Amino acid sequence: MIKLFKVKEKQRENAENAKKQTAAELRLHKDISELNLPKSCSITFPNGKDDLMNFEVLIRPDEGYYVGGKFLFSFQVSPHYPHEAPKVKCKTKIYHPNIDLEGNVCLNILREDWKPVLNINTIIYGLYHLFTEPNYEDPLNHDAAAVLRDNPVLFGTNVKRAMSGGFVGHTSFSRCT
Amino acid sequence: MADSATSRSRDLDKLLLRPGNLVGPSFEPGPELRDDLRDYARVLVVGAGGLGCELLKDLALSGFKNLDVIDMDRIEVTNLNRQFLFRLEDVGKPKAEVAAKRVMERVNGVNIVPHFCRIEDKELDFYNDFNIIVLGLDSIEARSYINAVACSFLEYNVDDTPREETIKPMVDGGTEGFKGHARVILPGITPCFECTIWLFPPQVKFPLCTLAETPRTAAHCIEYAHLIKWDEVHSGKAFDPDDPEHMQWVYKEAVKRAELFGIPGVTYSLTQGVVKNIIPAIASTNAIISAACALETLKIASGCSKTLSNYLTYNGVEGLHIKATEFVRNKDCLVCGPGVLIELDTAVTLRKFIDMLEEHPRLLLSKASVTHRGKNLYMQAPPVLEEMTRSNLSLPLFDLMGKVSRDVVHVAGLSSMDNKKASSMRKLRVAFKGVPDGVTDMDMAGGA
Repeated sequence: MIKLFKVKEKQRENAENAKKQTAAELRLHKDISELNLPKSCSITFPNGKDDLMNFEVLIRPDEGYYVGGKFLFSFQVSPHYPHEAPKVKCKTKIYHPNIDLEGNVCLNILREDWKPVLNINTIIYGLYHLFTEPNYEDPLNHDAAAVLRDNPVLFGTNVKRAMSGGFVGHTSFSRCT
Repeated sequence: MADSATSRSRDLDKLLLRPGNLVGPSFEPGPELRDDLRDYARVLVVGAGGLGCELLKDLALSGFKNLDVIDMDRIEVTNLNRQFLFRLEDVGKPKAEVAAKRVMERVNGVNIVPHFCRIEDKELDFYNDFNIIVLGLDSIEARSYINAVACSFLEYNVDDTPREETIKPMVDGGTEGFKGHARVILPGITPCFECTIWLFPPQVKFPLCTLAETPRTAAHCIEYAHLIKWDEVHSGKAFDPDDPEHMQWVYKEAVKRAELFGIPGVTYSLTQGVVKNIIPAIASTNAIISAACALETLKIASGCSKTLSNYLTYNGVEGLHIKATEFVRNKDCLVCGPGVLIELDTAVTLRKFIDMLEEHPRLLLSKASVTHRGKNLYMQAPPVLEEMTRSNLSLPLFDLMGKVSRDVVHVAGLSSMDNKKASSMRKLRVAFKGVPDGVTDMDMAGGA
C-alpha cells in the first residue's frame, strides 16, 4: 500500500469533519423508534430529541399494591450499548422489596441476565412488572421484603403510607400520588 | 553512522529488496521501497501501556520512522514490571511522552510524536493523516471508537466496491493474561470491529440482591461496597475508580462486609481488579502479540508478504495454541458496510423519502425513522419524539442534511424482505442529483 500512501501525501483528502454516529447510538435509535409502551408508562427526553442516551420513564401502576403512585426512573445508556445494559435508577424514593432507598433496582435483566437481544422496551416492561409482582425472594430493601413475605396486608398498608408521604418505621417518604 | 544504519536494516533488506513467491499482490522490491517506508509511512499507535511499549519498540526497529502515540494515562508503579520503557522516576508522568522519548533515545533516526490526551479529544483529521492505525488497547469501547473513526473515512464506488485510497487499515492487538489476539482490519475488505462484536464474551455482573443479601465471595463484598454502600454514604458523589482515596474507601468497606459474613480473600489489589475489571497482564504475552501486530503492519505497508487473514488467536494457558481464523464481513454492517445507494432530487421532502423506502426493492422498509449524524430527522415513536420531529416531514431532505452533495443516513423500520416482516436498521448512501461534490453550505454543515 506504500504507493497509495505516497499518492495521499500529495492530495490529502478534505474529509468532512463531522462525527459519525456510533453503533450504540444507532442501535438505540432503533430501540426508541420502535417503543411500544403500555398506557401506564411514559418516556421523556430531558436533553431534547437528539440525545437518546439519557432519558426518563414515568410509571403509573394501574393495578397491585402501587396503584395510584407515580415513579420516575432515569436511564443512562453507555457507549457500549447493547453489549452493556443501561444504568437504571429509581428517582422516586420508594418502599419496595426490590428497590432500595438509594434507587438501586434489582431486576435480573439489568445485570446478570442482560443480553444484547433485549432492548429498552423489555426493560420498561420489566420495571412495570416489579410493581405488579414485587418479589420478596430477591430483596434489596430487606425490611420491605420481610413484611411482604410475613404480612402482605401490612405491606399494602406500608406502601400506601409511603406513597402518601408518611413514615414507614424510621424512614420518611415523599408523596408520589 | 551509515554503517550502523546499514547493519540495522540488513534483516529488513532481505524482506524488502528481493522478490519472492509468497509476497503480496502489489509488492515491488527494491531500495526505493525501503526508503518510502521510512519517508512516507505514518503509523499511529493507540495506547502506550503493556502492548503500546512493545509496539513502539517493534515498529521503530522494523523500519518505520514516523510514529505517533496517543495515551491519556500516567505511569503507575504497578506498570513497571512489563511496560519496560518506564523507570521508577517516571511514575506520575504521561505514558505517551516517556515512551516516545525512550524509544527515540535508543533507535537512531526515528521520530515519535506523543499525544497525552483522550482518543475522543482528537479531530477526525488527526486520524486521517495516518496510513495505518495500530491498536494496543484494553477496552472494547476504545476499539469501537477508533473503528468507527477509521471506517468513517471509507468511501464506496457506485458498484459498492470500496475505494482503495479511502481504506484506513487497522491492526488490533489485545492480551488478557496468557491469551491474546492480533487482527488485521481493512475496512470494506475484512470484517470491521463491529462486524464481529459478538466475539466478546458478556461481562460478568452479579445480581444486586445477591450483593445486598447473600454475598458468597470476596468479589461480592467488593461490589457491594462499590455499587451499593458508596451511594448510601456519599449521596450524589460519583465514584472515581482512578482516585486512590475512593478505592481505599471501597476496600475498607469490603473488608468490613467480608468479616461480617466470614468471607476470606478481600485484598486491595483484588478490589482494584474487581472494580476496574483488571486481569493480570503478562509481559511475554504482550511481546508475542505485539510482534505479530508489528509484522502485519510491515506487511500491509510494504506488501512483502500476504497479510494475516484475518484474526489470530494465541492461547498459552495449557500448552500453546495459535490459530488464524478468517472471519467474514457483515455486508449490512452499519459501520463499515456500503449501505444502499439512493439518488434523490434536491426537492424531495422527508415524507416523500420515507415513502420511497417502502417501495425500494432492496429495502421494502415501512414506518421508517430517520437519523443523520446524530440528528433525529424523524421518529415514528414514542409520541413525544414523533411530535418534536413531525414538522421536518414537509421539508426537503437536502436542506435537513445541510445541503451536502452526498452523505450517509440511517433508517430504522419494518422490513418486508424475503416475505418476512422484521424490524431492521439500514445504512443509506444518499446522493443528490445535480449537486457538485465538495460544494457545501458551510453554515449548515457546521451545525451541531
